[in-house]
Amino acid sequence: MSAATDAVIPHVLKAYEAELLDEWLREQASAFRPGSKISEHELRGQAREFLSLLQEATRNGNIADIRGPSYGRIRDMLGDVSRSRGLQGFSPSETATFVFSLKRPLFSYIQRELGADVDSLATVTWSATELLDKLGLYTTEVHQKSREEVITRQQQELLELSTPVVKLWDGILALPMIGTLDSARTQIVMESLLQRIVETGADIAIIDITGVPTVDTLTAQHLLKTVTAARLMGADCIISGIRPQIAQTIVHLGVDLGAVITKATLADAFRRALEMTGQRERVLKPRA
Amino acid sequence: MDRIPILKLRDLLLVTIQVDMHDRLALQLQDELTTRISETAARGVLIDISSLDIVDSFIGRMIANIAAMARVLDAETVVVGMQPAVAITLVELGLHLPGVRTALNVDKGMALLESSTRAVEDLPDADARHPD
Repeated sequence: MSAATDAVIPHVLKAYEAELLDEWLREQASAFRPGSKISEHELRGQAREFLSLLQEATRNGNIADIRGPSYGRIRDMLGDVSRSRGLQGFSPSETATFVFSLKRPLFSYIQRELGADVDSLATVTWSATELLDKLGLYTTEVHQKSREEVITRQQQELLELSTPVVKLWDGILALPMIGTLDSARTQIVMESLLQRIVETGADIAIIDITGVPTVDTLTAQHLLKTVTAARLMGADCIISGIRPQIAQTIVHLGVDLGAVITKATLADAFRRALEMTGQRERVLKPRA
Repeated sequence: MDRIPILKLRDLLLVTIQVDMHDRLALQLQDELTTRISETAARGVLIDISSLDIVDSFIGRMIANIAAMARVLDAETVVVGMQPAVAITLVELGLHLPGVRTALNVDKGMALLESSTRAVEDLPDADARHPD
């Protein structure tokens, strides 16, 4: 592409800046639903900034290469815009429309500028399309990445939320498990339980699986591993909260929970734990 | 060269592993401990592994073996103070140490040993049962 046609885009952006901005905003207003999540004022600010940065970038650098250094600032700006829209709940296409809706006004002004020169018009329009497509795709990419970050963070938070180890009594810990037990979670559960056993010097840990929806062979194996590891450290484990269906499943699967003390409810397990630590009389004695 | 000290405490033997356990050391400990048990006629053995951070399958098996040998020589064995990471590793290696008694720390291990050896002491003496 020649230097002459390269210069057309920055020239158009500069010469018709105000008109482009107005028409672009009108385009966006028609593209978005009424009662949009973003204010007119904010949108105008973003659009103005985008236009001036685009002008600067196209003037300085290669038009086709949006990964280049001259596009650094406009990439940052688009990144911020799509990230904030992602958090506001915009869909990816709504986010990308921010860039794509510039096409119609930009093309019409390029046409006005070049007039009858059909060859240049085709070339410039093509490079402008390419540029805006790339920028639009970039916003989609960032949008998706920011949503993925949100999901990852929520997963992390869920993981931390769902594995609290609580102290029930002197020397008795309880671990109410909630949700499906996969390998990654079991590892964290096991580590936090064993760590707490060391910290508190607890003799008994009650693992309550009332909140575990299903137990398959893998889950049962994970449970047994946790119980064995606790035993190796010198603490006894009681598994409680086994629902009738789960008891049936465990037996049908042929899982051997033989060596493990199991109780139907957390209350039963707690009573048993008090007996085992010799505290039952002290705790359950009515107050004088 | 490193040596793992074996302390005699009344009728118990106390082994505290304070250094990195390597294979030769484990074999040496196995030798010395069995010798000391038969020499002193110890009723119980307490193995403290609270400063042991790393185990492999060999050391895991050695711990189980030493405990089993002590039991054969009629000494109750309690392994105390296993670190969480060590416990997880042993479980993942499939070493469940069946038959090895465990406790959280030396204090609790002592209590466990005392209660089990006292049960034996409470029995009337052989002489008392057969006065003639």
